[in-house]
Amino acid sequence: MDYVCELKNISKRFHTINNETLAIEDLSFKVERGEIVSIVGPSGSGKSTVLSLLAGLEKPSEGEVIVNTKSIGFMFQKDQLYEWRNIYKNCILGLEIQKKDTKENIDKVIDKLKNYGLYNFRNYYPRQLSGGMRQRAALVRTLAVEPELLLLDEPFSALDYQTRLSVGNDVGEILRKEKITTVLVTHDIPEAVSISDRVIVFTERPARIKKEYIIEFNMPDEKRTPMKCRNTSEFGEYFREIWRDLDVIEK
Amino acid sequence: MLLKNKLQREQKKESKEITISKEHEAYLRSIIREKRFIKIAQILLLVLFIVLWEYAARKRLIDTFLTSSPSAIFKLIKQFISDGSLYNHLLVSTQETIAGFFVGTIFGILVAILLWWSEKIAKILDPYMVILNSLPKTALAPIIILWVGMGFTGIIVTAASISVIVTTMTIYTGFMNVEHDKIILLKTFGATKFQILNKVIIPANFPNIMSVVKVNIGLSWIGVIVGEFLVSKAGIGYLILYGSQTFKLDLVMMGVIVLAIIAGLMYFIAAWIEKKVVKY
Repeated sequence: MDYVCELKNISKRFHTINNETLAIEDLSFKVERGEIVSIVGPSGSGKSTVLSLLAGLEKPSEGEVIVNTKSIGFMFQKDQLYEWRNIYKNCILGLEIQKKDTKENIDKVIDKLKNYGLYNFRNYYPRQLSGGMRQRAALVRTLAVEPELLLLDEPFSALDYQTRLSVGNDVGEILRKEKITTVLVTHDIPEAVSISDRVIVFTERPARIKKEYIIEFNMPDEKRTPMKCRNTSEFGEYFREIWRDLDVIEK
Repeated sequence: MLLKNKLQREQKKESKEITISKEHEAYLRSIIREKRFIKIAQILLLVLFIVLWEYAARKRLIDTFLTSSPSAIFKLIKQFISDGSLYNHLLVSTQETIAGFFVGTIFGILVAILLWWSEKIAKILDPYMVILNSLPKTALAPIIILWVGMGFTGIIVTAASISVIVTTMTIYTGFMNVEHDKIILLKTFGATKFQILNKVIIPANFPNIMSVVKVNIGLSWIGVIVGEFLVSKAGIGYLILYGSQTFKLDLVMMGVIVLAIIAGLMYFIAAWIEKKVVKY
């Protein structure tokens, strides 16, 4: 199998002067090329830390992080568009940093802007755009460097409910169509189920894998969209099972 | 070229004719009216002040030896303009201020960059910065002038010394307050530290830098006037000091008024540049 990234028996501790916290304990999983994996878990369970480890922003206390690619894309809860750059300039930021702002790559960005309905707004500044459009622009910026591994840290949770559904749907469709390997961290179970091929449920801190679900819907992959998934009977079952795993109510 | 034309055409298409309702028209009118009222009130206030001052002076309600009078000041300004000496004094002071402003601001920003670059240096220097910041820098002026020289350079360094510390402190705080994820974003693209400085830290602080610039113009004038009080043979500060020592209040008042005009002018230029630079 072709794996893009792998965590091997990872533990991670955070230190402050007063104490240390074990955020992750003996965690292992792999992500196949082209696979979309979601991580759900109680808040504060170290989900985001996993992304930081994969992005190389943090080092594990124990264990090994193997990432078989150099090009990683990261999306945050907030779009993090730079307010002093217009949309177009924001989208080519990564290319600029990596000195890959060639005509060819820029043309690709322009195509993406067109595809995602942002082309007419390319000269606007971020504050002039709605939340959903901003998050789509952030996606263009992330995809511009053609990442082989996309790390999404609750990227829709700052949006209002309707925008969240529609942007989530758009992004899910794009990821599937372009076969981008993705690790999505979310606390939104329906979002995780509708977008992913696999859902990993974390325990409370220290994070370990509580359960894993292979998500399959009775439809061909190329026709699968998050919206359609939400209307199936399997969807409800996955939701109920994962909900039970998280046992939110008992707390 | 073709692309540019196309672009313009598209933009035109986008800005469709907007029909305005009666109510909206009235609303816009009321805003214009209020703005005009405020402008007129502002001008009237100044005119009223000058007229009252002149009236009181002529009716001997106030002692013109201490307060001078608008007409006397105006006469003096005319005389100073016609013999060219106002221009000379103004030139000297303005040059000193601009030079002091640039030295203080640029040096202050450079130090802020250094502190940002090395957190360790920032931590080590922290108590010294705090003390230097709370120290009234004008107290250093006599020392600086003795060290650097009694002329032009001494005054420039005095002016710069007043703005440099507060510039560093303000800009550095701004640098440290750039949203963490904005920096992380660049790191995920593999940015170098210099790129982080160049692409996020500094542009994110443009508004901050511009407000420091506006404050520093005022601070530099303080430094220049203090410097000219201490040592100088020309400049607005010199005029004011000379006037007060020879009890020529007309001269003092003229100095202050000219100072107010030129400092205000420089502030407006900075505000105009700010508008041009910070478009978002």
